[in-house]
Amino acid sequence: MSRVLAPLALLALLLFAGSLLIGPAGLGLAESLRGLMQGGDSPVTLVMREIRLPRALLAVMIGASLGLAGAAMQGYLRNPLAEPGLIGVSGSAALGAVIAIQTGLSASFALGLPLAALAGALLAVLLVMALAGPRGTSLTLILAGIAVSALAAALTSLVLNLSPNPFAASEIVFWMMGSLEDRSMTHVWLALPFMIVGMALLATLGRGLDALTLGEDAAQAMGIHVSRLRLLLVLGTSCVVGAGTAVAGAIGFVGLVVPHILRPLVGAHPSRLLWASALGGAVMVLAADIAARVILPDRDLKLGVLTALVGAPLFLHLILKLRKERF
Amino acid sequence: MSGFVRIFEHIKTLAARVLVTSAALLCAVPAAQAGAPERVVSMNLCTDQLAMMLAAEGQLLSVSRIALDPHVSPMAEAARDYHINSGQAEEIYLMQPDLVLAGDYTPQTTLDMLRGLGIRVEVFGITSSLDGVTTQLAKMGRALHRTSRAKAMIADFEARRAALAADRGKRPSALLYYANGHTSGEGSLAHDILELAGFRNAAQEAGYHFGRKMPLEVLALTDPDLVITSTPYPGGSRAEAVMAHPAVKALKEGRTSTAVTDHDWVCGTPRVLDAAARLAEVRREMTGAQP
Repeated sequence: MSRVLAPLALLALLLFAGSLLIGPAGLGLAESLRGLMQGGDSPVTLVMREIRLPRALLAVMIGASLGLAGAAMQGYLRNPLAEPGLIGVSGSAALGAVIAIQTGLSASFALGLPLAALAGALLAVLLVMALAGPRGTSLTLILAGIAVSALAAALTSLVLNLSPNPFAASEIVFWMMGSLEDRSMTHVWLALPFMIVGMALLATLGRGLDALTLGEDAAQAMGIHVSRLRLLLVLGTSCVVGAGTAVAGAIGFVGLVVPHILRPLVGAHPSRLLWASALGGAVMVLAADIAARVILPDRDLKLGVLTALVGAPLFLHLILKLRKERF
Repeated sequence: MSGFVRIFEHIKTLAARVLVTSAALLCAVPAAQAGAPERVVSMNLCTDQLAMMLAAEGQLLSVSRIALDPHVSPMAEAARDYHINSGQAEEIYLMQPDLVLAGDYTPQTTLDMLRGLGIRVEVFGITSSLDGVTTQLAKMGRALHRTSRAKAMIADFEARRAALAADRGKRPSALLYYANGHTSGEGSLAHDILELAGFRNAAQEAGYHFGRKMPLEVLALTDPDLVITSTPYPGGSRAEAVMAHPAVKALKEGRTSTAVTDHDWVCGTPRVLDAAARLAEVRREMTGAQP
């Protein structure tokens, strides 16, 4: 177990440091660290504390959220294709966030933005689960996910096109692909409480998910309340995905790729996969965000572009593998 | 009550328009010099303003819808007196214009269609310097056959410009920071306005010459004396959220003055001198200089 967690944690730490030290301003190592630690009014401190630190923190928080949510959903649905981005949860959270911004809710009430995104995510999880059924096959799950994502994307575009703000329509890409460019500590504080609550809820699921691998009846015989587990999963996922999407847009494929890579390493125990996936998600988003800054420094390359470049081929591979198993 | 008044006003302007049109038809007196266009339609915010400033009574028939938006149009009030067009070839053709004024960003297909229908189209480029303003005024004067009025306006513009340029003192640094983190350097009208108002353009010194995107980090390290942001549109957007980022706020805090760009900065018309004059006022406040 710690054979996997310790190297992942170390990797996440290294990437976190890298995220703090890489940027268009081209600050030296010593200068950056002094700016970060000493404080004061200098421009370097401003760059380190108000621009780079929130960016790195959000990458960790959002990556961990997506990894954890992906691992939990896959454990519950016993389906390796379940992922918040693919089944439309992130897209619906983005819709909630966009509505909050365009109606002015987020301006008049600070928590309006994450709460609206949370509501969007919650609605999508419930809808997909209802459509796919408790023991939904991959096909029904993915079909339900496609329907919900398409609807959420269309409504997000509609809201942004109707906005009186001429810049809003060009932000469809941001909401669908996600980016951490120019986020601030305000966004960290906005998302953090919801993420802590959501992660705490998801963390309690380990034992139940392990039992579920034996089937629902066996799990119930072992004293697991499956309906309670489902409720916690739905609430936890909505909290973490909603908060993350509200501040950084919908970043896809993290919850798919990370558990898939880590599953062989931790063994077939969903409970072990949960925390490993959280760390792995942080690593993936940190790496993607650094890559976005290194590849196209002045262009705000969207994170979802990079995660999809890695994730989509893997998704195809998973489908092929599932098909082979079935026939 | 106010609705009733508005309807009444509307009827009044309609009646006035009918009167003017019928009078023009009856007398058939050319609006300006002989051969001048008599039914001019403008499709671009900037040509709208130049035409409204220069056209003879009754010569300009229609301006674009965006001219009504006070956010970008300093002549939004005046624009109400004209027909409004949305820039579609069909509606413009039905107005039977003898001259259409368009901008660089007007879709080429629309212009080709209008030209194909036998309508004269004049395209005005983007103004990228203060010298460009006089060029635009002269061009519009020729297009409308109002050269003497244009000449007078150019003379007035140059005199006001010279007066602003003469007011010299300490030159603090300023940086324009717009939505999406774009800034303006040399080769833009905004840069010329900044320099005329007596500022050094900090973007220029940081190596950002054209309307390039400046990362927030670079802005923080450039640390200019004045950060000038744009007036945000209603409705909220992430593009404009960057202007309220804590790092930008920190740069504005503790500075004596703040400034924003508004509708006077948008087009190359004599209005840019109003923008420069207001900015020069800010500079005098900052440096404690006497006007």
